[in-house]
Amino acid sequence: MGYFGGFAVTFRKLFEDRVTTPYPKQKRHKPDRLHGRHVLGRYEDGMEKCIGCELCAAVCPANCIHVRGADNPVDHPVSPGERYGFVYEINYLRCIHCDLCVEACPTEAITETKLFEFSFTNRSDAIYTRDELLVDATTGQPQRLPWEDWRDGEDAMTAAWMRATSPSGDASYEGQVAWSGELGYGVREPERGQTGPVDRPARES
Amino acid sequence: MVLAADPLFDAGVDGRVLVVVLLKVGVAFALLLVAVMLMIWFERKLIGDMQNRIGPAVAGPWGILQTLADGIKLFFKEDLLPDQADRTVFRLAPYLSLVPAFLTFAIVPIGGNFTDGADGTVSLLGRRTLLQVADPPVGILLFLALSSIAVYGVMLAGWSSGSKYPLLGSVRATAQMISYEAALGLSIASVFLVSGTLSTSGIVAGQATWNWNVAATGVVPFLVFVVAGTAELNRPPFDLVEAEQELVGGFHTEYSSIRFALFYLAEFMNMITMSAIAVTLFLGGPNGPILIDGIAWMWPILWFFLKVLAFLFTFVWLRATLPRFRYDQLMDLGWKVLIPVSLGWFLLIAALNVARDRGWPVIVVVAVGMLALLAGSALLSGAIAKAGSAERPAVGSDDREGLHS
Repeated sequence: MGYFGGFAVTFRKLFEDRVTTPYPKQKRHKPDRLHGRHVLGRYEDGMEKCIGCELCAAVCPANCIHVRGADNPVDHPVSPGERYGFVYEINYLRCIHCDLCVEACPTEAITETKLFEFSFTNRSDAIYTRDELLVDATTGQPQRLPWEDWRDGEDAMTAAWMRATSPSGDASYEGQVAWSGELGYGVREPERGQTGPVDRPARES
Repeated sequence: MVLAADPLFDAGVDGRVLVVVLLKVGVAFALLLVAVMLMIWFERKLIGDMQNRIGPAVAGPWGILQTLADGIKLFFKEDLLPDQADRTVFRLAPYLSLVPAFLTFAIVPIGGNFTDGADGTVSLLGRRTLLQVADPPVGILLFLALSSIAVYGVMLAGWSSGSKYPLLGSVRATAQMISYEAALGLSIASVFLVSGTLSTSGIVAGQATWNWNVAATGVVPFLVFVVAGTAELNRPPFDLVEAEQELVGGFHTEYSSIRFALFYLAEFMNMITMSAIAVTLFLGGPNGPILIDGIAWMWPILWFFLKVLAFLFTFVWLRATLPRFRYDQLMDLGWKVLIPVSLGWFLLIAALNVARDRGWPVIVVVAVGMLALLAGSALLSGAIAKAGSAERPAVGSDDREGLHS
């Protein structure tokens, strides 16, 4: 190489591919399990999954979740359980996206999308309310708020994903799909390595 | 006798001559500003390419307006004046940096046909004139003088800031620029010997028939000029003046807003001017083949800009490739290598010139000259080695005494 080898190196780089992604115009692929903005899910009949148990608020290390449960109205219940999440707020100025709330939730009501590109112009916008977190009542898609930069696929693997990836638990459920459906997404099939009625990997049989 | 002065003033000064002069000044000013704007973009883009990045890509097509956006932003920034600063000098310093950078470009011929006995003049508004703002008979000496003044800009900026890092930066800058100015001047002196004139248009006219000074002076002065010029510009690998890792921002640490922009402007303007001077001195200036006759006046300008661009590319290439010199390496290179080499080469060329005039046999002169140079370099390296060995035990014995007492 000598003194001048370095010049050849830098000159060669002129003709190589660039490693930069022009970010706001084009985004890199996000991992399936990326932790982003939360959503509150619904069952396929439109019922809310949240039962207002406040476990997420209890487990949150950043103290950013505020939940108050209330009894379901008898004539038109909001959730299938006894109670529902009457107040549900997440403060995104505090949230560290650790996903502990998602793990704590007994009904898989709260899950995380892959969206992290959102910013606010005032503090009250940073506190997402129940109305903003809930998925759309007819399509099951997350609500796209004006200050959020949603791209295609950023809500994929969010709804019904947690149950499909968690073990069914009881041996007697071997061979059965033991999770409920999700509005807009239906019942997700088991993943490779999980038991289920369909899609057993070829190498195991 | 005034040599190679601009024929514009031969018939006295009237209104039309004044208009021509103003036109040239305006064009040169605008040209330099636009060139700086494009150069900053070019450097950022190219260094991005050399680092597998993209570089500025948002403002305008290919990010070409990025510099304009930065300039506008700097213009509207708050202008800070440190409490400890010497206010007058602090305000003056950026202009001491900027004005010489502007003035130096005035002596560079950027076009004009010098071949086939043509004198390099073009017709502007019915008057014959050189394509350069001024053609003083002292020519290149003006460049040396102005580049010395530019040192004051950097030095006073650091000193008047009343802050330690700028002061250190300006001390480094002063030492570096004065050291390398000597090598720069000596390498230019070789060009004087070959060209026999100080005037820039005269030097360019002397290289009209492909006998460029880079070959006529034997390459060495050219190499010395490029290295010393890079150091004079405080460009990497000689950018100790603004070594971010050591000195924050060097001499302009305390500068903000438009004053900082002026320093930035001056830095890049000096880079373009230095390239233009190098092209003028060594690479034949605007001389080059005229390929299509219909637009003959344009070819010299095109050649000139292509040559300057090659230099600018090299400066960026150096920055992308080489790490920064250590300070003692910088001083060693300047004083122990570049100055002796350029001085020796200068003497050799002088001896050859005398030999040609007196009709002495060239072979003998070259042989004697080389022998003298070898003896000189042996003496010099001997002296340097002796000084080095004399230094080291002295430091060691001091330490031992310190331990015992």
